[in-house]
Amino acid sequence: MENYSILAYLISGIFFILALRGLSSPETARRGNIYGISGMIIAIITTLFLPGIESYALIAVGILIGGTIGASIALKIQMTALPQLIAAFHSLVGLAAVMVAGAAFHNPSAYGIGDPGSIPVVSLIEMSLGSAIGAITFSGSVIAFGKLQGIMSGNPITFKFQHFLNAILGITLISIVVLFCLEQTQNFFWGLTILAFIIGFLIIIPIGAADMPVVVSMLNSYSGWAACGIGFTLSNNLLIITGALVGSSGAILSYIMCKGMNRSFISVILGGFGGDDVAAKTDKEAEQRPVKSGDANDAAFMMQNAESVVIVPGYGMAVAQAQHALKEMCDILKKKKVNIRYAIHPVAGRMPGHMNVLLAEANVPYDEVLELEAINRDFASTDVVFVIGANDITNPAAKTDPQSPIYGMPILEVENAKSVLFSKRSLGAGYAGVENELFFRDNTMMLFGDAKEMCESIINALGK
Amino acid sequence: MEHLLQELTVFILAIFVGYYVIWSVTPALHSPLMSVTNAISSVIIVGALIAVGPALFGISKIMGFIAVILAAVNIFGGFIVTQRMLQMFKKKKK
Repeated sequence: MENYSILAYLISGIFFILALRGLSSPETARRGNIYGISGMIIAIITTLFLPGIESYALIAVGILIGGTIGASIALKIQMTALPQLIAAFHSLVGLAAVMVAGAAFHNPSAYGIGDPGSIPVVSLIEMSLGSAIGAITFSGSVIAFGKLQGIMSGNPITFKFQHFLNAILGITLISIVVLFCLEQTQNFFWGLTILAFIIGFLIIIPIGAADMPVVVSMLNSYSGWAACGIGFTLSNNLLIITGALVGSSGAILSYIMCKGMNRSFISVILGGFGGDDVAAKTDKEAEQRPVKSGDANDAAFMMQNAESVVIVPGYGMAVAQAQHALKEMCDILKKKKVNIRYAIHPVAGRMPGHMNVLLAEANVPYDEVLELEAINRDFASTDVVFVIGANDITNPAAKTDPQSPIYGMPILEVENAKSVLFSKRSLGAGYAGVENELFFRDNTMMLFGDAKEMCESIINALGK
Repeated sequence: MEHLLQELTVFILAIFVGYYVIWSVTPALHSPLMSVTNAISSVIIVGALIAVGPALFGISKIMGFIAVILAAVNIFGGFIVTQRMLQMFKKKKK
């Protein structure tokens, strides 16, 4: 590789680091994105000037097709559909990695790694890793997309001997990689890739929809490691650097999400958490206990007479697309001199930072939106907490009941507030299948109904 | 072997850089973080371009072409959606 291209790739790598660095604050983030775009342009142009690149027309067609599709999806997509969009994008990185690994296998001389049939073993291992991780990322992300989009059930799908089967497949995969290194035939290459596709599929199906923040971050990480694998195959430092950045980013996000649920990464991967059975059972028990329920007028009365209100949004707000109505409601309350803040739990929603984006979309200033650690102490001095579409993340059982599946999970301590309003469709348990003790307390009022309609009715009631 | 060790050096150092940079990302921007990492991991397009590049037609070229399209979807899609998200994060009007 020419020296100039190595230097240009280095600059591109630095730009990518700056792009991530920019995200440390919303003020520098947009500039960061520009760095990212510049880094990508430098990388592409440098590659186009490499010796041996001749088919410019075909490349232009490819970029044009892909670019048009990508741009039109990204411009149209609704912010509530972000998690599935990200999952879909991950799948493409995975598939692209498989394709590049396959291309390198079929035409190794273009990449300077020997001739067909006599590729060095190191390159073969790197190639298998790139392809296998890419394939797992692809099929895993397709399943994640299906679950998030609602094409398939979000409940965990488990069957007997599942982990045993996965272990067998994993061992088979490793054996095929060994055979591929010895024989380097096409059959072994595609064999290992197809097996990796199946493994990717199998490791995501047992994971429930509410564990999606972990899954989406995990796949994010995989897509990075896949890029790394390709980087090693091509001996390209830029791919290695970028892959490592993305890989560690996804891994850290997975860690943060797991910590937000007090669950180990392993237990999330093994899957089978929550689901219909448990939830259905607790539903029935729950209905027999008395709760205080109110309507929009009660809620409006309580909130406009409060000094401070904290909003706790959850996935239900995203489902009902209630963020705009919620913001309007809060604006009216603010005019009535009520202090409004928002409290975000790390795992609220279906991807890291999901709630922040939705609130930002509804024009909520980001300095009113606080993280768990920043707001938890303030609940005690809060008059009204308005929980909209969230459940488990407020459940005090996480602190008090060692038997509870969510025991130890950090929660938003809304029970300390003077009164709590729950906007929820029904008394159903959260995804963990745990009944929320808060529903039955004296200072809690349930507001049954669709979150968006509830906010709209409260707006009407406030207007009177 | 020497080559591999050099790559490994770069790899390990990049993980460390990633570790410290990512921990300094504010949790409010975790969604844009995912979409931007998604966009930059499509730098894999470099490998795809090398496959499409040669004048000779073959299976490798076809796979490279598909990979160029896939990566381009991600690059454009990823950066645009990140930009859209970041545009929405605004401070309180004073």
